[in-house]
Amino acid sequence: MQRIGVFVCWCGSNIAGTVDVVAVAEALKNEPGVVFSTNYQYMCSQAGQDMIKQAVAEHKLTGIVVCSCSPRMHEATFRKTAAAAGLNPYMVEIANIREQCSWVHKDMVTGTEKAIILGKAAVAKVNLNAPLTPGESPVTKRALVIGGGIAGIQTALDIADAGFPVDIVEKLPTIGGKMAQLDKTFPTLDCAACILTPKMVDVAQNDKIRIFSYSEVAEIKGFVGNFDVKIKKKARYVNEDICTGCGACVEKCPMKKVPNEFNLGMDNRHAIYIPFAQAVPKVATIDPNACNMLKNGKCGLCAKVCAAGAIDYKQKDQIIEEKYGAIVVATGFNPISMDKFDEFAYNQSKDVITSLEFERLTNAAGPTAGKLLRPSDLEHPHTIVFVQCVGSRCDSCAEKGKEYCSKICCMYTAKHAMLTRDKYPDTEVYVFYIDVRTPGKNFDEFYRRAVEEYGVHYIKGMVGKVTPEGKKLKVQASDLIANKQLHIDADLVVLAAAIEPDKTARPLATMLTASMDTNDFFTEAHPKLRPVESPTAGVFLSGACQGPKDIPETVSQAGAAASKVIGLLAKDKLTGNPCIASSNELMCNGCSACEKVCPYGAITYENKEFRMPDRTTKIRRVASVNPAVCQGCGACTVACPSGAMDLRGFSSAQIMAEVDAICK
Amino acid sequence: MQKITRDQLVEKAVSLLEAGTVSAVLGWKKGEFDYDITPALFKSAEEIKELFVWNDFCGANFSKYLVAKAPKQEGKLLVFLKPCDTYSFNQLLTEHRFDREKVYAVGIGCEGMADIDKVKAICGDGIVSINCGEKMAVGTIYNDAETLIDYADVLAERCVNCKSKKHVAYDELMGDDGEVIDSDRFDEVARIEAMTPDERFEFWQDQLSRCIRCNACRDACPACTCEKCVFDNPKSGVENKAPANSFEEKMFHIIRAFHVAGRCTDCGECSRVCPQNIPLHLLNRKFIKDINEFYGDYQAGAEVGSRAPLVNYTTEDLEPSEVFDRRDTNA
Amino acid sequence: MQVKEYKPLIVAFCCNWCSYAGADLAGNNRLNYPADVKIIRVPCSCRVNPMFILRAFQRGADGVIICGCHPGDCHYTSGNYYTRRRMAALFSMLDYLGIERERTRVEWVSAAEGAKFAATMNDFAEKVAALGENKRLEDLRCKR
Repeated sequence: MQRIGVFVCWCGSNIAGTVDVVAVAEALKNEPGVVFSTNYQYMCSQAGQDMIKQAVAEHKLTGIVVCSCSPRMHEATFRKTAAAAGLNPYMVEIANIREQCSWVHKDMVTGTEKAIILGKAAVAKVNLNAPLTPGESPVTKRALVIGGGIAGIQTALDIADAGFPVDIVEKLPTIGGKMAQLDKTFPTLDCAACILTPKMVDVAQNDKIRIFSYSEVAEIKGFVGNFDVKIKKKARYVNEDICTGCGACVEKCPMKKVPNEFNLGMDNRHAIYIPFAQAVPKVATIDPNACNMLKNGKCGLCAKVCAAGAIDYKQKDQIIEEKYGAIVVATGFNPISMDKFDEFAYNQSKDVITSLEFERLTNAAGPTAGKLLRPSDLEHPHTIVFVQCVGSRCDSCAEKGKEYCSKICCMYTAKHAMLTRDKYPDTEVYVFYIDVRTPGKNFDEFYRRAVEEYGVHYIKGMVGKVTPEGKKLKVQASDLIANKQLHIDADLVVLAAAIEPDKTARPLATMLTASMDTNDFFTEAHPKLRPVESPTAGVFLSGACQGPKDIPETVSQAGAAASKVIGLLAKDKLTGNPCIASSNELMCNGCSACEKVCPYGAITYENKEFRMPDRTTKIRRVASVNPAVCQGCGACTVACPSGAMDLRGFSSAQIMAEVDAICK
Repeated sequence: MQKITRDQLVEKAVSLLEAGTVSAVLGWKKGEFDYDITPALFKSAEEIKELFVWNDFCGANFSKYLVAKAPKQEGKLLVFLKPCDTYSFNQLLTEHRFDREKVYAVGIGCEGMADIDKVKAICGDGIVSINCGEKMAVGTIYNDAETLIDYADVLAERCVNCKSKKHVAYDELMGDDGEVIDSDRFDEVARIEAMTPDERFEFWQDQLSRCIRCNACRDACPACTCEKCVFDNPKSGVENKAPANSFEEKMFHIIRAFHVAGRCTDCGECSRVCPQNIPLHLLNRKFIKDINEFYGDYQAGAEVGSRAPLVNYTTEDLEPSEVFDRRDTNA
Repeated sequence: MQVKEYKPLIVAFCCNWCSYAGADLAGNNRLNYPADVKIIRVPCSCRVNPMFILRAFQRGADGVIICGCHPGDCHYTSGNYYTRRRMAALFSMLDYLGIERERTRVEWVSAAEGAKFAATMNDFAEKVAALGENKRLEDLRCKR
């Protein structure tokens, strides 16, 4: 049986004006378990708190009920008071007789009556309270960043800068991501490589950062502070430690007709290749699908010319196991496939290209060495049509595209249009748009310059059809403002393809038990207040894997994610919330209902041996809650068909006791 | 009458037992009367040959027995499953309630089971013998001659409204597999929904007040396999409080229906075993109908591993307040 | 004989993060609602077991309302989505059994919606009061 002390606060006249505090203290004296009951002007004051401490000592109290303001206000205060008095802080319950009583009711009789009932409910609950201790778990002081684009690079640099080791896993042979493929960046028009490649070098030279390029995450187990990760390092058939990146092998490789992914297939590379000049790590990789030596053992030229002896045709995939305290997802985006957009003739004409392909065409390191030439005949295009929102903001065509706005297209199209007019003033440039969206620092000014200074023809309306005819592309479009149909004979059509999360994100989310929305973007722990955290503790989000983003936004989110990781890794151990779910193994059916509803992946199953009443043993599948991961929502307690799952601090028995007290 | 014969089942059971494929057989045997067939665990060919029964009263769904019986066998346990039983079988597998490796499931075709109350309504009480031939021949102590009954006239309600003749799980199938049937099983629920609230209250008050809290519905239900039932657990605060009063009756049945909501395969065992003939399946079917209407068609047990609607959601689900608007506009 | 004025008894389950804070805000703004409403704090609306609701009716409640964060705003991301499904199913079942629809309700109230909280409680209490005593789910042994 508890020994409960009741402390009724006047809150000056805030409570005492509408509630007869003396009567409340008096009435609660007779409740079961109550051994002491008093009232005071300001319970939260030092004098009030001292009064509680003294009463705990004098009356050997085991539980405390404070009838006062909202627990959202002073629950923490009174828990500390209890702890100072030597009680477990979770033996305190608050009856909210201010916000939910004295402030909303006008007369003393009603207020007093309700305050007594609320007090009784709190007493009934404390009678069933048990001391709770938050669980502790250690923190592995190393972070994993999945994805080596600008998001992953910035996150890794910031974490390493704070002194913590970081590993980057990148599925391609080099880090750099989409930004490495870009030509210039809006709105300042610095060259992407000029600002990105120094950062890539910083990553390579930072002794806190390890890069696992050409690698994938194969398995993730564990929880916040304690992830066990298996990384599959794919065989690149080149010893990374020895390769100097001299490129002699590439020159000699006879297989020259492999479509070059880095230039989006607009030119070719060799079977052994270095994706681009500033690649990090700058080592060669052999494409096993193209290499004759690997396919049929005939060739071996690269090994012969490699002075360092780095070629290793026998190399195997390697599994690396490592422990991490935090994981940052930075898997980025891709433009969607244009296969379903027949109206734009993307698959019929080489001169219909995506904006990313346009970036490569204008990039000095691209297939045309930076000269804007039509892919079909390498002639200079004189009329270029840019089509915005191809697959973005598709309400009716959701099966083809995406319902959301891809966010970056308006700005990069303005950039493309402006740069084209700047370099080739003889070119007519048309941009078809639904809306021009330019919310960002100096963004609208940038767009207006494209229109006003560079004379880009912005036309509100969509392109209905593109038909290749001879050397021209017949563009049929509507001008919504002039309300007329337009026909343009274009030389080049550039499609601002919607962007979507990388395909590797979905299986990764499953491994992480991190939630995703219907578009496969990762969900934030809170859309406004916790935008860089996943609801799964210890998993953080950086860049476009969370939603479409431009570079400045990605970099700031990357920094924010890093600061959250640093905050986590700076701790020696994690203290949990003790009000968490726990399963009564004797009652658990092992049915997995709780596991399905848990938003945090806090529940796992194990087979345990139980001694049965007939002295036999039986192996049963039972749920177990990871206290470091559970946040205490209670979804599992109701999903559990057997009633085995309960929530500490808000147990079924406690809540029903409150119901009973209120309804008595 | 069943197309599959007793002899076929006995032969199958004996051969599997003798071949060592299985070490025991879950089957039916005669109870006190010809019509109260009870489940039985057979361990020898002799027992099977002597006691195994298969006729139109073998309604018992064996899936639930696997939870308790399968782990106790040395080898595999042979279980005969009618089409509707296979849904419960899958649902229990989804909930990890038994080890699939410990079970050898033989799917058997079913022509529908008879309802003894319908038989009694035709031939009266005092039944002393039933022979399931071309027609059902029933002998009673009051009549010299046996009464001959058409099976269609005494088909159990759940079989009249059979939802599926398809076996969704088995290791081996005897007889033909059928199809999922577009049955009229929700008509009775819709009829109750169409009543006024007062009429609905009267209807259920009448029905549930007959409940004697014998727990037969719970004990037979393949979705009720909890290690410890809350109604048996003094610590739950809602343990069995027989003799029941009006609130307790409703509470028990509402909670039980909610407990199995989304997991109930609509096998109809609850109503079959109710000694008071309360149409308990109409509570479960209400949940099934609602779930189908609110969240899209879902058949528990149709496939192993499916996620039950009440442990799932979409961001576009309808609001609780819309439930009624929707029905009122539909009506 | 003295006739006692009928006052409904209403149990309101409020999630800690949104609706309980909304109720606090109603208090801060001194927005009145009937004292018949008694609030029980739960971490999330998804903590509310149908058993608690039946228990309240058994013990003499005339109405039970569950308040949580707006869909999409759940502190635990998905708790209220489960609440929405569970309660839609449960309320439909209670209606099927002839229990008055107005005795149960789910309402989404954010921490900023003090006015909505008070208005909701006023409206709910009024509807429940119009129904009178809960006779259909009462337990005579628990009568006051």
